[in-house]
Amino acid sequence: MTTSGPLLQVEGVSKDFFGTNVLSDINFNLEKGEILGLVGENGAGKSTLMNILFGMKVISSTGGYSGQILFEGKQTSFKNPLEALNSGIGMVHQEFSLIPGLTATENILLNSEPTRYNFLTELFGPRLSTLDRYEMQIRAIAAINKLGFRLDQDMLVSQMPVGHKQFTEISRELDRKNIKLLVLDEPTAVLTESEAQILLKSLKTLASDGIGIIIISHRLSEIMDITDKVVVLCDGKIIHTSKTSDTTVDKIAECMVGRSGVLESSKAHAQKEQAQKEIILKVENLWVDMPGEHIEDVSFDVIRGEIFGIGGLAGQGKLGIPNGIMGYFESGGNVYFSGKKCNLGNPREALDQEMAFVSEDRKGVGLLLDEPIDWNIVFTAMQTKDQFLKSYLWGLIKWRDSKAMSKVSKQYINELEIKCLNEWQHVRQLSGGNQQKICLAKAFVLDPKLLFVSEPTRGIDVGAKSIVLDTLRKINKQKGTTIIMVSSELEEMRGICDRIAIVDKGKIAGILPADSSSISFGKLMAGVGETL
Amino acid sequence: MTTKNLQLKKLLTLDNAAHLLMRNTVPILFILISAMAIPLSEFSFSYLSQELMTRLIRNSFLVLSLLIPIIAGMGLNFGMVLGAMAGQVGLIFVTDWNIVGMPGVFLAMIISTPLAILLGLICGIILNKASGKEMVTGFVLAFFAQGVYQLVVLYGMGAIIPIERLTLVLSRGYGIRNTVNLIGIRSSLDSAISFDLGPVPIPVVTLFIIALFCLFVVWFRKTKLGQDMKAIGQDMHVAEAAGIRVLRTRIISIIISTVLACWGQIIYLQNMGTLNTYNSHEQIGMFSIAALLVGGATVSKAQISHVFVGVILFHLMFIVSPMAGKNLIGSAMLGEYFRGFVTYGVISAALVVHAWTRFKTNQRQRQHLRGN
Repeated sequence: MTTSGPLLQVEGVSKDFFGTNVLSDINFNLEKGEILGLVGENGAGKSTLMNILFGMKVISSTGGYSGQILFEGKQTSFKNPLEALNSGIGMVHQEFSLIPGLTATENILLNSEPTRYNFLTELFGPRLSTLDRYEMQIRAIAAINKLGFRLDQDMLVSQMPVGHKQFTEISRELDRKNIKLLVLDEPTAVLTESEAQILLKSLKTLASDGIGIIIISHRLSEIMDITDKVVVLCDGKIIHTSKTSDTTVDKIAECMVGRSGVLESSKAHAQKEQAQKEIILKVENLWVDMPGEHIEDVSFDVIRGEIFGIGGLAGQGKLGIPNGIMGYFESGGNVYFSGKKCNLGNPREALDQEMAFVSEDRKGVGLLLDEPIDWNIVFTAMQTKDQFLKSYLWGLIKWRDSKAMSKVSKQYINELEIKCLNEWQHVRQLSGGNQQKICLAKAFVLDPKLLFVSEPTRGIDVGAKSIVLDTLRKINKQKGTTIIMVSSELEEMRGICDRIAIVDKGKIAGILPADSSSISFGKLMAGVGETL
Repeated sequence: MTTKNLQLKKLLTLDNAAHLLMRNTVPILFILISAMAIPLSEFSFSYLSQELMTRLIRNSFLVLSLLIPIIAGMGLNFGMVLGAMAGQVGLIFVTDWNIVGMPGVFLAMIISTPLAILLGLICGIILNKASGKEMVTGFVLAFFAQGVYQLVVLYGMGAIIPIERLTLVLSRGYGIRNTVNLIGIRSSLDSAISFDLGPVPIPVVTLFIIALFCLFVVWFRKTKLGQDMKAIGQDMHVAEAAGIRVLRTRIISIIISTVLACWGQIIYLQNMGTLNTYNSHEQIGMFSIAALLVGGATVSKAQISHVFVGVILFHLMFIVSPMAGKNLIGSAMLGEYFRGFVTYGVISAALVVHAWTRFKTNQRQRQHLRGN
């Protein structure tokens, strides 16, 4: 302990992206050898905070931040991640940043390899010196030993199980001589139970050596286990800071979900009478191989006429469910729609069975960006149902029925308040909210029996949000369309859905009525819920 | 002993055998076709081995120059044509100044190297802008460079750039003739030190240079720069996050490749003895790339052994196919046609097989995520 005072001080840090506050007045301290748990929902501002700390380009290119960060008592503002690394801050990312064709050793020492001199370096510079394999081995083993996990230093990363990759990644940070602060983003998400235990134990050992650790996790049991201090972020504000020993899982879970005032409408809505409980969609043992949103084994029933919510944190697999059932990704298991078994893996068949999907990937899957609004709205109906076509010569020639297209487009433009010049405007020129409304209109034209909407309010403004949600509610009430809504916005879903399933680690952690308490939802997301 | 047997059994599963076959589709195809064509061509063994030795020393250096960009993940460097052009410019000057023998060859290399570095730099910068589409960009770039080369050689030389020897210049007074006779430096490397091994003459110096190049590649892989390139070739973003200067390194790899291709073209032409001013460089890119692919290399993985296996198999086919065609159908034209057909066919087949293998490997890796 050469310098006194905290290792890291964050003082009054605020950040806005184009007028929207994503972080306001963040204050906390981290001592040497202390483990701090940073908890919060997706979009709570955790990653923005880390981006600021590491001087990522996204921050400076969007106008920087206010407030100050002191590292070892000195005010710092890193210009790029490399500067942060050189000052002794290491980051272990959620996605692996390892090179698959290199061994553990080569990855751990990537771009900091010890080298041997040869005469050519005089001519062409130090990059022509040869690698000192022996020294590399020694350093890699030393870094691995700090972790206390037996990792084969000669194994290729591409052949490693996931857990080993995580340990390789951490060893890489530990190889730096001056490492003082280590940030880990969801380090146990991909680990098995026993690997996670080893990791947590080694983190404690590292902390006892004087390294400060920030661990971002939504597994509250881990947070309770190893941290000294917990900071809960919600909507860009710190709403709870305390010593871990002074708080409880319930308290943290409640803070994490936040906004304890439950929307009144949800309660009224949830009491909607389910007259006859006919199951419209039955899902059994569904698996979906969607990269980043992988589903392992999911079973649930959806009742005709309800709005069924699917929530959970990003990367846990909630998006995999609609994408798998609609056949956009490789999937398997049994799915019955109106009692009939569905053939998975074929979007056309799903559409023919009168299921429709408003994708979360608006620009990639949802829209033909360089075509006019009316084309976009009727496109799927035209392809799958032969609507909006005039046929000539006994059906040999089919032409677009522009009048009918125009009529239906105008109707939806009015109904959904789509802001545009006219129905021929190209969709690319519209704002995100209006594009989302067109995606909805496109699904409504199909008049589906079951409608999947995925992240319907992501990236759109408040006004458009309420219109989108109102429209969904209306179509559910008036036409009796069953809706499955997948969203990261738990509060929104609680306002509109009847029941909500929470997905965690590729499985359903629980299904609760929408008016259940925030704490119980928070606990399900945090992996500490009671299984139902 | 039993464990060894078990391991062997494990290796010999149907799945692994299929995998092995799949990965070597192209060379296997070539071996099969050659095995049929050799008896048909009625060439003697000594003639074939003579011819093969000639092709080996002509082409190996050029094909070897392709290795380094593949390590750096930039695919097959169609931009090597630019290096070949630089080499030819060097040869034209050396011929003009009437510098003969080995000094001529080395002087040509010295003159053309700065030009090759410049062209490699430009090529590298452009390929960086077209990251992920390096091959097709390089291909089109070579077409563009062809125009610039023609402008310089056909209009500039003799008019702006002084050329003394009238035999080099077209009768109108400027522009280089279609063929340049390289009699002064012809085979000067190959016959400097040479002995006969049975019917086959062995050119020691050229082989020594090629061996030196192979050693260079082996050594290069062990350097910091080589390791950086390997990392970049696998994942540019990760390499960048680790602080490796990705763009600069990629440019260096293209420059090295272009310079080596330039020297390779000079070695190639000193063996040929004549320079087809406007054609020699054209096919060299395509043939070298086809040869490397025939050897079993892919867009992302290539070894020294692929180079030699490739050159031997590809040129064996080249030598025997016209004669085999003639003996079979009575028309050498058919064999000639077959050559071109095979070259482009190999490149397409190799690219398709590569994409397909990658898809399959991906699928294999994700198998555990896909239910039971």
